[in-house]
Amino acid sequence: MSALLEVTGVTKRYPGVVANDNISLTVNAGEVVALLGENGAGKSTLLKAVFGLVKPDSGEIKIGGTPIVFGDTAGVIARGVGMVHQHFQLVPVMTVTENIILGDEPKRGLFINKKAAHDEILALSKRYGLEVDPDAVIEDLPVGMQQRVEILKALRKDVKLLILDEPTAVLTPQEIDELLEVIRNLAKSGVGVVLITHKLHEVMAVADRVVVLRGGKLVGTTSPKESDEAGLAQMMVGRSVVLQVNRTEAKRGGVVLEVKGLQVLDDRKLLMVKGVDLSLYSGEILGVAGVEGNGQRELVEAICGMRNREAGEVLLKGEPTKNLNPHAVHEAGISHVPEDREKHGLISSYSIADNLILNQFDQSPFSKGWIRDLSAIATNAVDTVAKFDIRTPSAFNTASSLSGGNKQKVVVARELSEELPVLIAAQPTRGVDVGSIEFIHNQLIAARDKGAAVMLVSAELDEILSLSDRIAVMSGGKIVAVLDSKDADRNYIGRLMAGLKE
Amino acid sequence: MSALIEDVKATKQKYDVGSWLIPTISVLAAMFVASILMFAQGLDPILAYKSLFTTAFGSGDGIASTLGKATPLVLSGLAVTLGLRAGLFNIGVQGQLLTGALASAWAGYAITNLPPIIHISVALGFGFFFGGLVGAIAGYLKAFRGVHEVITTIMLNSIVMGIVDYLASHPFKEPDQALTRTPQIIESVRLPVFGPLPSGFAVSLFLAVMMWWVLGYTTTGFRFNSVGRNKFAAWYAGISYKRTIFFAMLFSGGIAGLGGAVETLGITYRFEPAFNLGLGFDGITIALLGRVHPIGIIPGAILIGGMRAGAANMQFDAGVAPELVDLLLAMILLFVTAPLISRFFKNSSNRALTGGWGN
Repeated sequence: MSALLEVTGVTKRYPGVVANDNISLTVNAGEVVALLGENGAGKSTLLKAVFGLVKPDSGEIKIGGTPIVFGDTAGVIARGVGMVHQHFQLVPVMTVTENIILGDEPKRGLFINKKAAHDEILALSKRYGLEVDPDAVIEDLPVGMQQRVEILKALRKDVKLLILDEPTAVLTPQEIDELLEVIRNLAKSGVGVVLITHKLHEVMAVADRVVVLRGGKLVGTTSPKESDEAGLAQMMVGRSVVLQVNRTEAKRGGVVLEVKGLQVLDDRKLLMVKGVDLSLYSGEILGVAGVEGNGQRELVEAICGMRNREAGEVLLKGEPTKNLNPHAVHEAGISHVPEDREKHGLISSYSIADNLILNQFDQSPFSKGWIRDLSAIATNAVDTVAKFDIRTPSAFNTASSLSGGNKQKVVVARELSEELPVLIAAQPTRGVDVGSIEFIHNQLIAARDKGAAVMLVSAELDEILSLSDRIAVMSGGKIVAVLDSKDADRNYIGRLMAGLKE
Repeated sequence: MSALIEDVKATKQKYDVGSWLIPTISVLAAMFVASILMFAQGLDPILAYKSLFTTAFGSGDGIASTLGKATPLVLSGLAVTLGLRAGLFNIGVQGQLLTGALASAWAGYAITNLPPIIHISVALGFGFFFGGLVGAIAGYLKAFRGVHEVITTIMLNSIVMGIVDYLASHPFKEPDQALTRTPQIIESVRLPVFGPLPSGFAVSLFLAVMMWWVLGYTTTGFRFNSVGRNKFAAWYAGISYKRTIFFAMLFSGGIAGLGGAVETLGITYRFEPAFNLGLGFDGITIALLGRVHPIGIIPGAILIGGMRAGAANMQFDAGVAPELVDLLLAMILLFVTAPLISRFFKNSSNRALTGGWGN
């Protein structure tokens, strides 16, 4: 019998980045394969290729033994590949039954056979042990239940291969346990499951095999029996690319930023940052290491005025900063390279020139009172494009025309331009080509050498190790250790990141 | 540096070709389809168009009439444009325009003791203020209560139409007349016409240039554009979303109200609810035809104003019903939005399949 999914040597290049580099993997019936990797590791590209949405430069993808045709998404779905998206595709005002049968309704004459639909859903939910109330309205249901409806929707179409994209990102711990149980049952009934995640304990709990992607490459295949969480963490953050950065000894000054007992909620209103204390000194780079989803994002957002603080305080040069908005925090002296550059960092339909002054547009020299000084903006743009080596035919092209690395250079250039006392860089090299990574790293070090207090949050352990003077390891919403980078040991940090105490 | 300037020019040219192509094709395509319809009825489309455009643009009086008709269209187009720049779809231009038309009519007949220049300014100000008030209600609801502006402005249209109908048929009604309308405004508050140029049109041109300058060269314009393009990045950059949304709707409504005021003071000389009916909705067509650019809407407004001005003569000369102009407008809107719509569906189908995959 041929494998459900067979990916052989798939390579996909985008300008400046290899999104998938010679990736091969198979998924068989009745097995749970975890696809593990940070954002930007190439998971999305691979999935798009499986669905025929992206044409690989080379390699082949077979489903049930037959190769897929690029562009034939419907054919892929018809062959029994189902996907549950991270963001649900449900109609909130319709019932569970209506949502599941949508698009393929049992009919009696011209009308929907509601009785048959109802019974079908009950039978389906019984068969897979996924309990739902067929008559409940979606918007009244908790998120975990909505996800169950999504899974049922996929299962009804006689799915042989079910892909779950970060299914636990929106769930509470109890709901996560239930979901893992459901995944196990599905596998028992013969469905092949691909679980996309970066949460290690879920992988350990449910996967038969683990495939680890990093920087577009398949770095290894293992299983929970052969590996442990620390091993997986190490594979994920890898050591394939050795980034060499020339940096001198830090000339550490006084404390600039102090975080005391900070507690922050995440989007689900769960406590994500559970009491963090940190001190940031001028003239140093403090790296915050950790597997994604352990509170780093919430920590940065709370410091930078993008998220409310539940408890604790943030002191800038001894002065408490309040729950401010991001711009007020910037004015107070904290510059910030946001994690999501497309959402917060750039207005992509604006020119590079306008993006370079986005948070200074109403300040001198870029405006004189009410009127914007377009020549000052243009001069600044031309200078910055040259200085930061932003690869573009013109500083007045739109930001959307740039590659990921050059977009990020625009954001970094803007945040460094005012030489504020604190710089917080969140995932500054994610999805960025190697050349731009090096450039951005050197800029961070240059900012440090000019006396800035730099906090670098990254999921890439190599990046943390090569840039940081001190390393704080974050796990489970807490800083579990702060080390001098001279004493930093990769294995030890890997274990700390996985939440293991020695 | 000179290479850089060349680049800027090249970029601009690229933008301009793209931006003029679709409107031009849309108008021509609409005229073509309409001529097939005329032909099918046994009418002569060439004669019809010839009559339409000679009437509209062939004489000084014709041009004056065209520009007069175009004036409120420029303003309603500007109102829609301003909203769209800030990411708002103001469908309530019609209601705001009616409010402005009635308010300026009242100021035109009830106030009688002001010098003409001041009186005209006051009457226009009434139009702006009351139109802006209606817009500000939708702006407040959107900014502070999260109610979608499309819903509120559509509902406000109905509410406003009810209110102006009542006011024009009771408290402000012309005494001893069967018709539902206000008294005529006094002679001296009428907008003067200089040769073929109605002064109201000059006002609307001035506003278009003003808006172009404000949107392109001031911090206020930068705020509007930023919120409209990416409200998250705008917030990150310190631009208040709520404030910007509120003021965008207020000014959008105000400009629409001004459109009603120039119509009252320049053409109808009184408020009559049966008039001005489509002006606000034509503004949507014109804004899209002008690629949401304050200067870009002017040719569209003049074209459509000309069609309105020439419609009656076209019936006389070629036997084509003046409703043809409504048909043309509807088809222009269809053609001009078709590329936008197809792009939207393309994006949304992509979204459905790839949504939530990061990147």
